[in-house]
Amino acid sequence: MTATQEPLQAEIGRDRRRKEDQRLITGRTRWTDNITLPGMLHLAMVRSPFAHARITNIETTAAKASTNVVAVLTGADLGEGQGVCINAWPVVTDQVTPAHVPMPSDRVAFAGETVAVVVARTAAEARDAAELVEVDYDVLPAALDLKEAALAHENGGALAHPDLGTNVSAVWRFDSAEAGTGGDVEAAIAEARANGIVIEREYRQQRLIPAFMEPRSVVVDPTGEQITVWSATQIPHILRFALAATTGVPESKIRVIAPDVGGGFGGKLQQTPEEMIAFAVARRLGKPVKFTETRSESLLTAHHGRDQWQRLTLAATKDGTVTGLKVDLLADLGAYVAIVGGGVPVLGAFMFNAIYKFPAYQFQTTNVLTNKTWTDAYRGAGRPEATYAIERLMTELAAELGVDPLEVREKNWIKHEEFPFTTVAGLEYDSGNYEAATARAKEMFGYDALRAEQAERRASGDRVQLGLGVSTFTEMCGLAPSRVLGSLNYGAGGWEHAEIRMLATGKVEVITGASAHGQGHETAFSQIVADRLGVPFEDVEVLHGDTQISHKGLDTYGSRSLVVGGEALVRAVDKVIEKAKPIAAHLLEASVDDVEFGDGRFSVRGTDQGMAITEIATAVFAAHNLPDGTEPSIDAEATFDPVNFNYPHGTHLCAVEVDTETGQVTMRKYVCCDDIGNVINPLIVAGQVHGGLVQGIAQALWEEAVYDENGTLVTGSFVDYLLPTAADTITFEVDHTTSPSTTNTLGTKGVGEAGTIASTPAVVNAVVDAVRQFGVTDIQMPCTPERVWRAINSGGSGGETTGAAAPHFDPATGMSGTVDRAEGDVQ
Amino acid sequence: MIPAAFEYVAPTSVEEALAALAEHGAAGDDVKIIAGGQSLLPVLRMRLNAPEWVIDLGRIDALRGIRDEGDHLAIGAMTTHHDVGHSALVHEHALLISKAITHLADAQVRHRGTFGGALAHADPAGDLGAPALALEATFVIQGPGGTRTVPAAEFFVDLFETAISEDEILTEVHVPKRGGWGASYEKFVRIAHQWPIVAVAATVRTEGGTIAEARIGLTNMGSTPVRAHAAEQALVGQPATEEGVAAAAAVAAEGTNPPSDLNGDADYRRHLAGVLTRRAVLAAAG
Amino acid sequence: MTRISLTVDGQQVSDDVEPRMLLVQYLREKLGKTGTVIGCDTSNCGACTVHLDGTSVKSCNVLAVQVDGSEVTTIEGLAGPDGALHPVQESFRECHGLQCGFCTPGMIMQTVDLLKENPSPSEEAIRLGLEGNLCRCTGYHNIVRAVQHAAGVGSAATSGEEVSA
Repeated sequence: MTATQEPLQAEIGRDRRRKEDQRLITGRTRWTDNITLPGMLHLAMVRSPFAHARITNIETTAAKASTNVVAVLTGADLGEGQGVCINAWPVVTDQVTPAHVPMPSDRVAFAGETVAVVVARTAAEARDAAELVEVDYDVLPAALDLKEAALAHENGGALAHPDLGTNVSAVWRFDSAEAGTGGDVEAAIAEARANGIVIEREYRQQRLIPAFMEPRSVVVDPTGEQITVWSATQIPHILRFALAATTGVPESKIRVIAPDVGGGFGGKLQQTPEEMIAFAVARRLGKPVKFTETRSESLLTAHHGRDQWQRLTLAATKDGTVTGLKVDLLADLGAYVAIVGGGVPVLGAFMFNAIYKFPAYQFQTTNVLTNKTWTDAYRGAGRPEATYAIERLMTELAAELGVDPLEVREKNWIKHEEFPFTTVAGLEYDSGNYEAATARAKEMFGYDALRAEQAERRASGDRVQLGLGVSTFTEMCGLAPSRVLGSLNYGAGGWEHAEIRMLATGKVEVITGASAHGQGHETAFSQIVADRLGVPFEDVEVLHGDTQISHKGLDTYGSRSLVVGGEALVRAVDKVIEKAKPIAAHLLEASVDDVEFGDGRFSVRGTDQGMAITEIATAVFAAHNLPDGTEPSIDAEATFDPVNFNYPHGTHLCAVEVDTETGQVTMRKYVCCDDIGNVINPLIVAGQVHGGLVQGIAQALWEEAVYDENGTLVTGSFVDYLLPTAADTITFEVDHTTSPSTTNTLGTKGVGEAGTIASTPAVVNAVVDAVRQFGVTDIQMPCTPERVWRAINSGGSGGETTGAAAPHFDPATGMSGTVDRAEGDVQ
Repeated sequence: MIPAAFEYVAPTSVEEALAALAEHGAAGDDVKIIAGGQSLLPVLRMRLNAPEWVIDLGRIDALRGIRDEGDHLAIGAMTTHHDVGHSALVHEHALLISKAITHLADAQVRHRGTFGGALAHADPAGDLGAPALALEATFVIQGPGGTRTVPAAEFFVDLFETAISEDEILTEVHVPKRGGWGASYEKFVRIAHQWPIVAVAATVRTEGGTIAEARIGLTNMGSTPVRAHAAEQALVGQPATEEGVAAAAAVAAEGTNPPSDLNGDADYRRHLAGVLTRRAVLAAAG
Repeated sequence: MTRISLTVDGQQVSDDVEPRMLLVQYLREKLGKTGTVIGCDTSNCGACTVHLDGTSVKSCNVLAVQVDGSEVTTIEGLAGPDGALHPVQESFRECHGLQCGFCTPGMIMQTVDLLKENPSPSEEAIRLGLEGNLCRCTGYHNIVRAVQHAAGVGSAATSGEEVSA
């Protein structure tokens, strides 16, 4: 028995460098595409160039004869064995949900849908043969424009799925008067029209592409007793469930592994057709297969995000007190209802009222099918859309009143002493302090000085105008209380699972059902366990992302890993300590009541006798001397189901400079003060905020998925889908206030999505603020230079993005024909 | 991501390269020449083009390097952007090219991409065409019949099309020296790694605060890089001030036929061309 | 098939390759150098950046046959023979300059090249020097810090200390 040691430094709150990084910075990472198995075959997809067409014939003879081709398979060949792609959240009981066969045999519903798969010995040969598959199509009218598609059942417009008779998948509604959580919104609007202020706007949430850096990849090995699936996915557990539920293969015969996964942002929260096709092909051929998408395929077929029209009515008294908010959404689901699908706008339903005390609220979303790539969760999923709408509206209300945008917010927000607060949407916010976060943000920003500079530039007619944008956001995160999910008709629960294995050598294995893809769980979870168990950080190994090791889990999305998965860890650790205590008492020859645990040791009260918990683990391994009837294990597991969400919030302030001659917007300064409760690792938290900010800023300024009138994705490569670079972004100033969450032991709140949710309206508010003196009240996202310039010169919001891709890599100009003469080259 | 299969040959002299071109041309093969490959390879990877033969000029050392030939610089077609951009000779005598290369693509591409390759590729949004026009460069083209020279004004024929014939190779570019001329390349992009939406290459000679001569090329304002002759003429004799330059710059887009795409329609590009011309001229005169 | 011989991460290798094989595919598929990754088709993302004869290139934009006789260094050859990390690798970890890590090999290789040309870059020079490398996780903030840290310019590690926990 060792003498008492120096207690370890507290891990929670420490800016530990990440455990994950050693392999990532040396190239020892295991991406799915790195996996090579003996005899492995490669897949290439033959995809529809048409948005909507009937397949009349697929000629595969030439492809089958191509070098080293093993098989060419169509939807008809695979039949029902390929399973289906599921929708986990039918938001209403009568939701219209088209069947989603991974590889259809009769009709394609979006450009990029797979119609045949080529299997060959090398990826190059598979691609070569895919070019030889000839598919005949009868092109059908395509439902493309969201507003038109929503009315097709009334006016005979194009239907995304003709047999359904409508493009409307669901209409989901919440009304505070009906729910008993608030008043009648129509009455509030009528009153405001007579005696107050009504702000009516229509905002566009453009379609975005998650654009994770690692293209999706899947390897399926059908040899051995279990079929092993490696996939670049956020959801190995859900994927296993879906594979089993739709193919008839027992769940116990499927092992899904998410190895290192290169980003997701919601974009890898999907059960994809490609995974299903690879699974079916591997089973059929009895050989391991791999499919890795190209970037073009990824942009074309991995699910997109956002894509809403928002019709908004805000009612207020003349002093700026909001009396009601009415929200009417059109949400574009794309060609199929994806796994979360129509649930994305519904997640936003609870967030339009944001941090404010609105007395009346109504929300309605009409979810619409179109012949475009399906949409689903993208960082924030529903909440960025809601936050954008309300934060733009509050700024417009301030402009209408002629007051500072922070002033009108303060008049309406929940005061810190009013928590816990039940909102008009029926949620109970646990904690927060909007005053404190705002005060800190203003101080960091130098708000008053920037306002003064803005006034000077306006007065002097400076060619470059300054705009200041405000966003005071909150979000619900930590998906999710299972009962809440059940009440919303979601198809699964929201718990998370953890397990602690105390190894004989003193090391600790932690198993979590959360599945990281860049967030740093291995580090943060090690810190939690090291602290609570009193073992060195280095001795904790976090295992995840393999259904055979982590048999239970609901994976990573919705800012849930820490607040749900972390709490499960805490409970599992507590069980380990509980199990170890009587054994410690036995070995220390003391009464259980006299034994206490701290800093990793059991000690006998009032003595210097003690024993490390790792020594107990060794003793339990030997099992030579345990109390009678004691199970020789102190390992433990726990499953945690939260009772509530948690509600991080923050104040984000953005300054932009607008070149009024060109419309070019340049970021000048961005500060934010977020309240995310207690912080486990400030380094990781700051990283999450920075990355989130840039994704949100990118929606405001750069990114948009654009289709042409034929339903072809125009932004099909990184040449046209504009991700910002280091040269387009700035250094951020990030700080925190802390109101610990009361819904989990650690007092933590989610942070993964906060930056993205908050930043988009801050930027657009800043851009509009810079040019409001020219009569501009809105600029449609992304605020391209052209849109800003048009808004300045002709009012309006700058209009829809139309036109074609630049011709650099356009097949139409394609550098064929006359171009061949040039020395093919360069830039 | 994987190009279609092709045959490959890497000659070590221009003569060998011409012979290979002649041989495959006679056989009716679909041939592509690869220089630095930074535009060609993406096209091949996406299978927008699938040549039967690729002739690589990368092993022809004679095509690399920059020589001072008295009244002009001779820039070998296979000289990388990086090397041109770092050349003291170019900086001294053809500052406009140095300026344009600073913002051309990115560091990795500049290491690999070549001066001649970019010009021969003739993407109207490429960053070198407008400077070559403005500097009145001459293109040296070698073919079976020997060597001929083509002035920049005749070199760019159409979108991705130049005066180089199928049996010819661009070997070097002669750039008249303009020592003492100021230069500026104003490139307008939404994000840094984009091709320019519009860019303006301006080089001017001033005498005592007055513009004595100006040469202006426009990037991405038509199917080829174009010269802003009207603006050049209007600038002569103007003071190098905001007011002096404004009227002349406003006519920069006269006669152009710019594209409309995701980044802006033709009207917006014409407007940008005027603004950027004013800025480029002032910066060059500064 | 064309025979090529080159040096990769200090080791002589020789193979018959199809002319169409890209350098990045050669590294990954023939040599098992899977530390270098493929992120796009259009040479925008820079994830595949390696050093070719001492300067950074995008290995998806070079044919394997073009590097016959050359010397290639990948992320896997950057650390010392004893496994000691290159200072740039160390600074990316120190400054939390990576999250998912997919862009990281390319970012690190480009940073090494950038600092070779400009050992004391300004923030602007760093940002422009990395314009050919896309990252979707970090917002570039800590990547810039990492480059500054490696160069010994600007503020060192990041952000953590200002957070109340």
